[in-house]
Amino acid sequence: MAEFDRDTGTAFWPHALYDLLRGAGVSQFAYVPDAGHKVLIDRSLADPDAQSIPLTTEEEGVALLAGADLGGARGVLLMQSSGVGNCINMLSLIAGGRFPFLTLVSMRGEFGEGNPWQFPMGQAVVPVLEAMGVICLRAEHPDEVIPTVSAALTMAFQSGQAVAVLLTQKLIGAKSF
Amino acid sequence: MSFAANHPRHRNDAKVMSRADLTARLVARLHHEEAVIGGIGYANFDLWGAGHRPQNFYMLGSMGLAVPIALGVAIAQPARRVVALEGDGSVLMQLGALATVAGLRPANLVIVIWDNGAYQITGGQPTAAAAAADLVAIARGAGIAQSAWAADESDFEEMIARALTEDGPWLIGCRIDAVKPVATTERDPARIRDRFMRGIAVGG
Repeated sequence: MAEFDRDTGTAFWPHALYDLLRGAGVSQFAYVPDAGHKVLIDRSLADPDAQSIPLTTEEEGVALLAGADLGGARGVLLMQSSGVGNCINMLSLIAGGRFPFLTLVSMRGEFGEGNPWQFPMGQAVVPVLEAMGVICLRAEHPDEVIPTVSAALTMAFQSGQAVAVLLTQKLIGAKSF
Repeated sequence: MSFAANHPRHRNDAKVMSRADLTARLVARLHHEEAVIGGIGYANFDLWGAGHRPQNFYMLGSMGLAVPIALGVAIAQPARRVVALEGDGSVLMQLGALATVAGLRPANLVIVIWDNGAYQITGGQPTAAAAAADLVAIARGAGIAQSAWAADESDFEEMIARALTEDGPWLIGCRIDAVKPVATTERDPARIRDRFMRGIAVGG
């Protein structure tokens, strides 16, 4: 199967990913926008049965997803790697309350990055998340996205773990700006 | 605008009241298993002191998260009223959350701010609210139109009664004194989560 729509140049996997999340009962899509999450955000905005929740900063999303769980709903936090740093202290809530937690992180500051300002946080994403008890899974090829997020969904919502799926720059493309 | 017009225009015009007394008045009006999310610090201690309810969640870890947690519950449970109790120092740390609430317009969300102008639990150091910041004006500017200061205790009760029955989101600012709570909340976060979820019957 082709990995990209020939007419628009966009990848197919983000649409399959949205369908996967919705099929797994995820209804709250909280985000600080990033180009890597454009399809998921647009699909959530157009979905009458999902809540599309723009945040002012990523740590709001950590608390919001804890609230979603308290209310019996499932959510996902969509953010760029730079936003991971904003969440660190708030992840205490997830660890202490043993909340399920799923975030999809679009990476900067790694494979092929053209902006030197992105490297410190990009390179710190995995050690920082792991230090706060979040399990990190990487997706580097379009074929890996669905199985990786499927695994993350099970780990988060069946096993009650905190899980981040890193959508790497090998997958989404390095930015030159 | 009528909601705002009938209440004190500025923080300094509102009566300084007792947080424990106002918390007890609020809890006495909860008859429909409303969820209450208490913010870190004395807001939680007085909520606990007003009599534990299974529908209370006590956020004890980080400042400013009561409002976004309550928002997540409110979206997940649209038929249930959800009340966030937060101190002025905590609200100042997450002012963006007010804009997030305003944009989503959850009809079932009530935010109560306990404003004593101090980081009381750490020794009473003044907050920006003590100096100049009017949190109700900030909330209104963020887009929560139904934001107002409670003039006194009876005004607070009228505002709560309305906020528990009419469409929100609502934000009620209360000037409070520096009296220390008499109770201390239990601390185990996993247990607090489990009890809350059983309290609103979503498992746990």
